[in-house]
Amino acid sequence: MNQIENVSRRRFLKGVFGTGALILSVRYIPPLWAQSQSTDGQTEADRATLHPNVFVGIQQDGTIYIVAHRSEMGTVIRTSLPLVVADELDADWKRVKIDQAIGDKRYGDQNTDGSQSVRRFYNTMRECGAAARWMLIQAAAQQWNVPASDCSTELHAVVHKATGKRAGYGELAPEAARLTVPQKEQLQLKQPSEWRYIGKGMTSVDLEQLCTGKAMYGMDAHMDGMVYASIEHPPVYGGKIKSLDDQEALKVAGVHQTISIDPFKPPAAFQPLGGVAVIADNTWAAFQGRKKLKIAWDNGPNESYDSVEYKKELQDTAHKPGRLIRSVGDAEKAFPTANVVEADYYVPLLSHVPMEPMVALAEFKDGKVTAWAPTQNPQAVQAIVSSELGIAKEDVICHVTLLGGGFGRKSKPDYVAEAAVLSKKLGRPVKVVWTREDDVKFDYYNAVAAMYMKAAVDAKGKPTAWLQRSVFPPITSIFDVNAVYGDPPHLAQGWTDLPYDLPSIRIENGPAPAHVRIGWLRSVANIYHAFAVQCFTDELAHRANRDPVEYLLDLIGPPRTLDFANVNYPNYGADYKTYPWETGRLRSVIQMVADKSGWAKKKTGKGHGFGFAAHRSFLTYVATVVEVEVTDDGEITIPRVDTALDAGVVVNPEAVRAQFEGAVVFGTSVVRTGEITAKNGVIQQSNFNDYPVARINEVPAQTNVYITESSAPPAGVGEPGVPPFVAAFCNAIFAATGKRVRDLPLSSNSLFA
Amino acid sequence: MINLKVNGIDRSFSGDPDMPLLWYVRDILRLTGTKFGCGMALCGACTVHKNGDAIRSCVTPMSAVANSEIRTIEDLGANGLHPLQEAWMQINVPQCGYCQSGQIMQAVSLLKTTPHPTDQQIDDAMAGNICRCGTYQRIRHAIKMAGEKTV
Repeated sequence: MNQIENVSRRRFLKGVFGTGALILSVRYIPPLWAQSQSTDGQTEADRATLHPNVFVGIQQDGTIYIVAHRSEMGTVIRTSLPLVVADELDADWKRVKIDQAIGDKRYGDQNTDGSQSVRRFYNTMRECGAAARWMLIQAAAQQWNVPASDCSTELHAVVHKATGKRAGYGELAPEAARLTVPQKEQLQLKQPSEWRYIGKGMTSVDLEQLCTGKAMYGMDAHMDGMVYASIEHPPVYGGKIKSLDDQEALKVAGVHQTISIDPFKPPAAFQPLGGVAVIADNTWAAFQGRKKLKIAWDNGPNESYDSVEYKKELQDTAHKPGRLIRSVGDAEKAFPTANVVEADYYVPLLSHVPMEPMVALAEFKDGKVTAWAPTQNPQAVQAIVSSELGIAKEDVICHVTLLGGGFGRKSKPDYVAEAAVLSKKLGRPVKVVWTREDDVKFDYYNAVAAMYMKAAVDAKGKPTAWLQRSVFPPITSIFDVNAVYGDPPHLAQGWTDLPYDLPSIRIENGPAPAHVRIGWLRSVANIYHAFAVQCFTDELAHRANRDPVEYLLDLIGPPRTLDFANVNYPNYGADYKTYPWETGRLRSVIQMVADKSGWAKKKTGKGHGFGFAAHRSFLTYVATVVEVEVTDDGEITIPRVDTALDAGVVVNPEAVRAQFEGAVVFGTSVVRTGEITAKNGVIQQSNFNDYPVARINEVPAQTNVYITESSAPPAGVGEPGVPPFVAAFCNAIFAATGKRVRDLPLSSNSLFA
Repeated sequence: MINLKVNGIDRSFSGDPDMPLLWYVRDILRLTGTKFGCGMALCGACTVHKNGDAIRSCVTPMSAVANSEIRTIEDLGANGLHPLQEAWMQINVPQCGYCQSGQIMQAVSLLKTTPHPTDQQIDDAMAGNICRCGTYQRIRHAIKMAGEKTV
């Protein structure tokens, strides 16, 4: 079967849909996992008989290829987005094969970050499926000489009900391929009542492989002739090698040589940190060789960084007037002096520690790089490898493996750049393997943050004036060495958008210089912002002797759309008309979880308490109830968590439940033990012994997730579960113990340690 | 020369006897289902069986597995899925999946000695295996389900 098929003439939604390439033949490629792409970057979908857009290909045997262009790190996105295509196409899921895309701008954005894969591509995927379906219907109608409007589709086939004619998608594909791809306006999308898969979901296409050890992660990538590299990075951010003695390292069996990697030129962005790579026959030999390196470092100015001092500086700054971010009402007037409540909240640097440490395999050959990487952003791999090696982005082929966790760390491809740089120097494929210690010490940490909260309350304990000021080193500091103020997108994460209906609100931000790389981590700034706002609100509720849920609803006020006219509110990059901030939806999830958890009947006693918090992030509304038990010697357990969410249309409910179950575990780590510290510029943690994350015996025994039935546009689900859980957990600890958690984590809080 | 059996196949190893079993299995035998997570027996991603018992291959030197029988995740389902793997699929346990080989191998050894574990017994046996995605609730559920199947 060598069908010659020219699809390059087709135009459909320029950009995302444009194929660009002339596809000339169908070739057989063995179905090696989904990474079946050859080095020319073509997918099976590209080679298929009918190929209406870059995401879909239909073969004459009826096989449908759907391209997954986002990275799979456990959210089941590799299944859920193709499922949307399959639904509009009326495809039989059993006959769908998933093609994992390489990094390529023809797919549009591929940065699997910010809980945005479904919401950004939901409409696109529907249109891609509908376009293919439209062409198949047209082809059948022409063949049967009947009006297309009389034809419809059933599972994987076009039917003409009046005559009982029926043709499978495969047999229609060649004819359909001769048609012009329809314009977006010609498409008719299904009604929700007609959905086959959306809202019902499907298990991961990788499920069996994940349970049998066959799934392929970056750690498992292999090329013939490859060598292994382990890199000693400068211990202090921005440090350089003063001198190197590698004689002992070279004596280790299996070690070939060492290679120095240049330090980055500020700003760091995604450049390699620099250091010394030990090249060896296997991972172990590379690790052993590294231990024998003798390196003197020039640590540079960040050598003075001390996280204890830094905390004091942040809190001092938080007590001084800052940059105004948003004000409501008469916030310009002097703050009242009577009945004032103040509190300082603090969250330290946090590390991602995905189970798979950073790892990448790259080969530089004939002026081009082929990389296999567990990356959240293969186009960022193309960009950094291109600039590091001085080659065109198009000459960087980045295959995306499965990711052994990402949480935002794997959006920053410094480790892939390292592999490419080394391969160019060595002239053979190089696999760079980070140790866990490398991962903990050289992360792009979630920002350390100090929040100063202040309210003046009336006789009933309700605020008449509210001031909140946050101070944290911004993520923008990795792109701009002078950046010290919070940038609008991250201030918008639960800070700018305080949803309270109060007569006077003042929201500020103060400056903080970065001394380590700061980066996105699951939920990002929402973690510390929601912690401060939702715990301070709980403080005020208790002070007023009011039920925390009623009090919170009182502060949120009536259902309305928040008005951000004259406020810099990026709204997670989403159009505000499509995704307005609706307090009614937050109220609904609050009421939903209060009902489901039996909040009204919950009795707090000694050593037993319930905490509550609600928060909108990544366009999703979430409310969470946490139950804790605290023994006399201070041991805290979490018998139960209830969390309710409104994420608009949910494509894959089971996957969404799993994300929210996982979010409370992630949040448990934040509250209990999450803390990165530095002394003399050196990160003091190294592995799971001194940077512990939650284990099975430390997490909630039971997490119940309630999903709101909604027809609103789909919103994020990977991250929004974390922030309200963190606050609700701390509020529950207060309910059980009377101790207010204002400094995280518990493990270094003097009230609990 | 170190002789051992891996997944029923006789093997011999003449390299550095201090090399952890993990890297022998992964880099030399190319059995990559067993994962590297910490290198210090802190996370359990590298769990395999030595003579039927769960061990952390990342801290087990080759010298310690001479004349042993090693079993990895690849062999567990080689002749049809193990009841734990079936339960794992039914409960949809994995998210990223990276830790799951180790979780399953650990759970296999738990069920061998304790076919119907309580929550406490599950916590005790599984506390050495970290899942950063947070699939613990489902792990517990799947272990119980598999335990019931093996009545």
